[in-house]
Amino acid sequence: MSQDTVTCDACPIRCVIKPGRTGSCDRYGNVDGLLVRVDPLLVLERTREQGGAVVPFAAREGDWEGELVPAGDVFVTGAGSGTTYPDYKPAPFIVSARIDGVDTVTVVTEAIFSYCGVDVKIDTDRHVGAERQVVRARGEPVGHVTTGQYGSQMLSLGGVNHLTGGSKREGVVTMEALLALCNVEPVELSVEDGADLVLQAGQPPRINGVVEERMRVGCGSATIGMFAKQWFGHVDEVVVVDDHITGVLSEHQAGRYLEIPATGIRVKGRRSTPGRYFNVANPGTGWGGTDIEDPLSILDAFDPAVARPGLTLLMIGTTGEHHAYFVLDDELRPVPRPLPDDLRLSVERIAENCEPAMTSVLFMAGAGGSLRAGATVNPVALTRSVNRTLTRVTCGGAPVYVWPGGGITFMVDVTRVPPGAFGYVPTPALVAPLEFTMRLDDYAALGGHMDAVVPIGDVLARPDVRRG
Amino acid sequence: MSGAARRDGPIAATTPDGSRLHLQHGPIDLVIEAFGEPAAVAAGYRRAWDRFQPLLDELVAELPALRRPLPEQRAAEPTGPVARRMADAVRPFSADIFITPMAAVAGAVADEICAALAAGGELRRAYVNDGGDIALLLQPGERLDVGLVAVPRRPVLAGKTTIVASDPVRGVATSGRHGRSFSLGIADAVTVLAADAARADAAATVIANAVDLPGHPAIRRVPAAELEPDSDLGGREVTAEVGPLGPDEVDRALAHGVAQAERMRSRGLIVAAVLCLDERIRTVGLPDGSAGRGPSEPVLASGGFGSRAPR
Repeated sequence: MSQDTVTCDACPIRCVIKPGRTGSCDRYGNVDGLLVRVDPLLVLERTREQGGAVVPFAAREGDWEGELVPAGDVFVTGAGSGTTYPDYKPAPFIVSARIDGVDTVTVVTEAIFSYCGVDVKIDTDRHVGAERQVVRARGEPVGHVTTGQYGSQMLSLGGVNHLTGGSKREGVVTMEALLALCNVEPVELSVEDGADLVLQAGQPPRINGVVEERMRVGCGSATIGMFAKQWFGHVDEVVVVDDHITGVLSEHQAGRYLEIPATGIRVKGRRSTPGRYFNVANPGTGWGGTDIEDPLSILDAFDPAVARPGLTLLMIGTTGEHHAYFVLDDELRPVPRPLPDDLRLSVERIAENCEPAMTSVLFMAGAGGSLRAGATVNPVALTRSVNRTLTRVTCGGAPVYVWPGGGITFMVDVTRVPPGAFGYVPTPALVAPLEFTMRLDDYAALGGHMDAVVPIGDVLARPDVRRG
Repeated sequence: MSGAARRDGPIAATTPDGSRLHLQHGPIDLVIEAFGEPAAVAAGYRRAWDRFQPLLDELVAELPALRRPLPEQRAAEPTGPVARRMADAVRPFSADIFITPMAAVAGAVADEICAALAAGGELRRAYVNDGGDIALLLQPGERLDVGLVAVPRRPVLAGKTTIVASDPVRGVATSGRHGRSFSLGIADAVTVLAADAARADAAATVIANAVDLPGHPAIRRVPAAELEPDSDLGGREVTAEVGPLGPDEVDRALAHGVAQAERMRSRGLIVAAVLCLDERIRTVGLPDGSAGRGPSEPVLASGGFGSRAPR
């Protein structure tokens, strides 16, 4: 089969498409060996109840309740609008409409972003890799581990230094990884000296082949604080194993408060404050984000002056996923025993209190460049208007956060952008819809292409418009 | 990791006036309108959406078999409800000509969703339009007007016909060389009225293939697989381009199609057919003058480029 043939993965049919032709849906085509969306312009319905926010253009699987969508206002998105070149030409669509009684203009385009990347938040306590470690896709460096956040690990992927600053292959692989993440597809990544990851926006992360189901309920110490009272009277000692802070019930402030007697337990690692231990083990994908497979490995022998035979011990990770129950024998050695029913409830409650682990992907890009000339003859006026919040920026109708400072640099949650809205050009760079909405008089004042403004009704009458 | 697309799931939306339901997944694009009490319409749309969501995946699971003619089915015949509708629709032709169940896919999808609409029993009248292949729901006493488009490039109505509940017609389908599918013939459009949309779809395909002038130098043909590597037509030559034809040649090509349509009608496979080539129209099984006359305001139009439902 020809090298130039493309297999489309937009739907389960997986059409094999020759160059210059489209698949059976006429929505995706093969342009010079690349799979390209050839969709008509996407138009969103807008409801007043949501205060100008755009509703999803169509219900996704399962969430449509059969109600009839009222005829609401309509918002034209950049998805499928195409772009213009050279940049001084007016943007593909400059649309006027009355929104809440005010004459507004929306400059609609698809922007080409050489400066773009994604920040990824992975809900997990498992060690995915050390800070600053390189993240690779198909062997190419596409980003790095940045830091840890609450219950999560953060990656920065893409950016201009990977897209155009490295080798040609690095740029292409980076672009493909970003495109897939932005279009809510799964992507395989590996962290140097760290984990192999499969990440998809809105889905639990897969780490070294294991799907992460839950965020931890809290650190080990916090878990002791939360559940001390529920354990009191049911077990003599509890150790909550955690890569960050491992908690020990009898020594912890919470245990003291309940007057739980000392047990003679001795935990390896560095004691922080009573009942709180750092560095009980190395980071890993075992118990509580450590490399522990056998929880007893973090314990030294019990203190014979304090411990007694028959003493009971619960060891548990911070998600409830790992747990074990022991009873000391006559030599004060912990012997595994089945978990008693009255403790099972607390173990289940820890699991129940963990939020589902997710992967979140924020697309970040800068539109400060020549694209602005498609909106106005005086490009910096658009930037100033955005900075002064006179102009609202949206990405495929989705709300964005615009960074303070120079340029129009924004972040958007990719799951709020219409499906398949992201594309690419071989530069390599990503293409994303972008809309600037402002009052008609503000648009005139900033040097807008007033002669290119068309009423929204004319856009909706176009034969190539796709409505939700 | 792969190209520009993501796995787009099934989508449901209503038209801005709230009257029609639009369902889309991959290449399936349905425009649905049910008539009745608002609660009945909403319940019908809900059933249509429930049935629609898994439909494409069911079809894809049997796609390799559905792309082969019935006599070549190695294992048992297709088992899914839509797949069975497809197989049943092409079965009457499969002994004589090359045809795969794919010839009836659009109509079979329309029938399946129409059956879901009808399941509640509360709707009087509805249609499911799958890119010009239309399934109808008509309770006793109801009627629907169907408009016919002769020249797909110019979607003006060339005529209309009215389907009443007592007619043995619950499917209207159009085939030709301007739509999404390949044609072995040169017809601009062949519209068929039949018992259901799947049967109409298969019959329209066969008749459109028969509208032909084999060996004519003005007709350029290309093996289907050169255009679409996974086409069910394989190496068979499909029509790529039709040059200027004389009036006699147009009539001769149409006559081949009319003969095929008459045979089908006498076997009870279709109720009627309208054949269009180069702005010339022939009909089979319709009262004289019902096609080709100026239309009034039909509810439906059937044509090669999807269809419209003017209101």
